[in-house]
Amino acid sequence: MNKLSRGLVILSGLILVWEAIVLFFQLPPYILPSPWLVAKSLQLNWHLILTESLPTVIETLLGLLLGVIFGCLAALIMAFFRPARMWMLPVLIISQAIPTFAIAPLLVIWFGFGMASKIVTTIMMLFFPITSAFFDGLRRTDPGWLDLAKTLKATKMQIFWRIRIPAALPSLASGLRVATAIAPIGAVVGEWVGASRGVGYLMMNANARMQIDLMFAALISIILFSLILYFSIDKLLRVAIYWQTEG
Amino acid sequence: MTSILKPPTLVIQNARLSYDKSILFNNLSLTLAGGKWTCLLGPSGVGKSSLLRLIANLSSGSTQISAEITTDTNQPLSELIAYMAQTDLLLPWLNVLENVLLGSRLRGESPAPKEKALALLAEVGLEKALERLPADLSGGMRQRVALVRTLIQDKPIVLMDEPFSALDAITRFKLQNLASHLLRNKTVLLVTHDPLEALRLADDIFIMSGLPATLHSPISLQSPAPRDPASAEVIALQATLFHELTKAHEASL
Repeated sequence: MNKLSRGLVILSGLILVWEAIVLFFQLPPYILPSPWLVAKSLQLNWHLILTESLPTVIETLLGLLLGVIFGCLAALIMAFFRPARMWMLPVLIISQAIPTFAIAPLLVIWFGFGMASKIVTTIMMLFFPITSAFFDGLRRTDPGWLDLAKTLKATKMQIFWRIRIPAALPSLASGLRVATAIAPIGAVVGEWVGASRGVGYLMMNANARMQIDLMFAALISIILFSLILYFSIDKLLRVAIYWQTEG
Repeated sequence: MTSILKPPTLVIQNARLSYDKSILFNNLSLTLAGGKWTCLLGPSGVGKSSLLRLIANLSSGSTQISAEITTDTNQPLSELIAYMAQTDLLLPWLNVLENVLLGSRLRGESPAPKEKALALLAEVGLEKALERLPADLSGGMRQRVALVRTLIQDKPIVLMDEPFSALDAITRFKLQNLASHLLRNKTVLLVTHDPLEALRLADDIFIMSGLPATLHSPISLQSPAPRDPASAEVIALQATLFHELTKAHEASL
């Protein structure tokens, strides 16, 4: 059975279970709407959902891009300058102890109701997985390669650029996969706390109005977007890091 | 070209290596005769690789090392040495040709000696594998690439740390022949744990044993390498060498 048909089987199984729960417990639509009702809502509101998705998509992509840039820079600085490592690593770990969910309202106050606060939330959530994965990769260069490079009379800088960074790319890739998976969460959380647009905002509104079918429709669209984003990045990484053999 | 000149003799004196409070070796002296293969045998952990790394100026963890190393040329030692490790150390993101040209690639030199690389790769039978990635090669092929990467540096002294030990018997046999031919007229130090390998390839065999380690006076071989495992000289010396190695093992216990 190939990947696609297996995915379809899992999906239809989940929908069946969902329908069964609704039927069995005789749940009213404002508690749990049936898949049929959600599909109808999707059909009815697709334009609204699509319009509200646009800011969420932009926030996610920008947050991902900036988070990756900052994360990589932090890892490079820590790997290259020993003193920076001693001072930066504790700060980074402390920053991760702060629950992003809890300070999201504060971020809205600081960065406003617009996209900026959502992008900052996203960056804060995915910055650390990137930094720690890349930094880890940079520290774990095969010592044999470093010996070889030394006997080949390469300078420290040449070794860093031509051996240590490429050698760390597979580690960076696994950090990037984690970051890609959580990036949409960052944007949606930001929108929940305070926004005038976005899928998160749409969900909160629908929830407050007991339009649970619309809420589910929005949820499904964000899941779909997350999956497309994840698999695109995954594919891209496989092509870019062509030498990594599958485990 | 360095290879045209007479290969240098390397003299190591008062080599000392210690870590924490234990001394692995002290006052160790070894002469690598110019243009000859010297093999270093001995029980594992005795310090063979450490001695080789000391000559190659590679640090091994938290050790203190010192030695007086002199050659009969006036070039600095680091200009004379090429190093080949137990594992092939091929970079997985570079293809065969790029791995062979790693030295000039790392140092950012251009043009890279591509013609020479192609000729050497053809000599080891890899002319059809230029574009292939290391993951795509067998262990024997990978070690042949590593051999070419060592050769292309054109250094008169080659230090090899058990380069064939991870290969199966037949592949190892073929690579020993290849290395013996291609590294003819270079000053070679080969660390190995395989007595037959030493007997096939070496001009001088030293045995390292004890703590602190000492070097035993060498067994010298006369016939040209690579020798057939069934040749008279190999067979005649095999018993002696095994006997010496057994003694070395007991001394290191």
